[in-house]
Amino acid sequence: MLKLFFQYLIFPGFLFSACVGLIAGWIDRKVSARIQWRVGPPWYQNFVDIVKLLGKETIVPEGAKLTFLFSPFLGLLSLILVATILGLNMYSAPAGFSGDIIVILYLLTVPALAVIMGASSSRNPLASIGASREMKLVLGYELPFILAVIAVIIRSEGAIKIGSVLGHQINAGSNLASWSGALAFLVAIICMQAKLGLVPFDMSEAEQEIMGGAFIEYSGLPLAIFKLTKAILLYTMPLFLISLFWGEGLSILALTGKYIAILVIIILIKNTNPRLRIDQALRFFWGPVTILAVIAVVLALFGI
Amino acid sequence: MDLKLKALTKSIWVFHAATSPCNNCDIEILDLLTPRHDVERLGIVLVGSVRQADALLVTGVPNYKTKERLKKLYAQAPKPCLVAAIGGCACGRIIFQESYNSPCAVDEIIPVDVYIPGCPPKPEAMIAGIAKLIKKVRGEK
Ligand code: SF4
Repeated sequence: MLKLFFQYLIFPGFLFSACVGLIAGWIDRKVSARIQWRVGPPWYQNFVDIVKLLGKETIVPEGAKLTFLFSPFLGLLSLILVATILGLNMYSAPAGFSGDIIVILYLLTVPALAVIMGASSSRNPLASIGASREMKLVLGYELPFILAVIAVIIRSEGAIKIGSVLGHQINAGSNLASWSGALAFLVAIICMQAKLGLVPFDMSEAEQEIMGGAFIEYSGLPLAIFKLTKAILLYTMPLFLISLFWGEGLSILALTGKYIAILVIIILIKNTNPRLRIDQALRFFWGPVTILAVIAVVLALFGI
Repeated sequence: MDLKLKALTKSIWVFHAATSPCNNCDIEILDLLTPRHDVERLGIVLVGSVRQADALLVTGVPNYKTKERLKKLYAQAPKPCLVAAIGGCACGRIIFQESYNSPCAVDEIIPVDVYIPGCPPKPEAMIAGIAKLIKKVRGEK
């Protein structure tokens, strides 16, 4: 029991993933700054931001429901669970249960649901625009993302378990090295960008048009929780993709290298694209991306 | 020193409150936020919502309409919230003192922590002002 708490709260759960996520967030800010020919913030900037937010007053808008304060925690808690399950599988011997990929897929949608719930209970018109955009975006990216995961499951002989997917890749080489795996990886990277809410898919918190959108009414502690959720997501999503597609050779050094490689891809996409409109994003996800994902599934069925 | 205040001085999220300026000061503020001056290295970021603001950058002379808005904005910001009056107008109303639609100065509506004079002040002057503000919050000389 104590061990479970330790795993959930410290390693590889909350504390560890939050620290890695905040540092990754700093790398993102720093690299963006260098791309724009600036110096950028110091490495502890994101930690300071969180501490500062914890020290500020928390304002609850008039007429807001209980869910306003409760939804950030919902997102954070479910995400920590994902980080723990993934971390236990990656850092020690496979410790999953049958069907844990499905559980992870479900839990990974909860942060987006938390944003939608929190935004729509804050009684702000701009927040509700943000919530509706987030909802459409979730509808858009979930389909191709699940298809990409299905391609992986087919490749590892129908095992719906992180441990077996990893085991299969250790025996037969990374999924990334095959055509279907590479296509599915491409699809998953695009969906990850949307799940992380980064440019070009940040329309739910578009600062320039709807002033932070879904987060417009949040201040103090709940905002800090949302920032932490984002940070942990930045750690969890690449880790999930590594475990699905690039699971060969998981020593600490290799894992760090792979994580940084994916982080660089995310940052490059973020810095070289303008924001899409929500209808463009939907068309993009349901059109080309879904078609790519279907092709990946078909190729996986033929074992290519 | 208080951890809360220390963290506040290292990560100031600013909100831009324009109370009918001539727009020159606003443009200088935007200039301040460009890559050239790079205030993100000091942890300063522009936020879109006043709920997330740690500092209000007030420009212009309040008139009868914006006076109420400014009061509301300050009430909506989570405390501790700093206020910087940017430009001659916000500091002391300069030539608009006797104007028919200028009821009061900014510091008669909300407490101002730092005055940055100039018409408009240069971005460098604003950075100097913010450095002074940080010192003041930390209680240093
Ligand atoms: S201080 Fe000068 S530049 Fe600034 S708003 Fe007033 S008149 Fe315009």
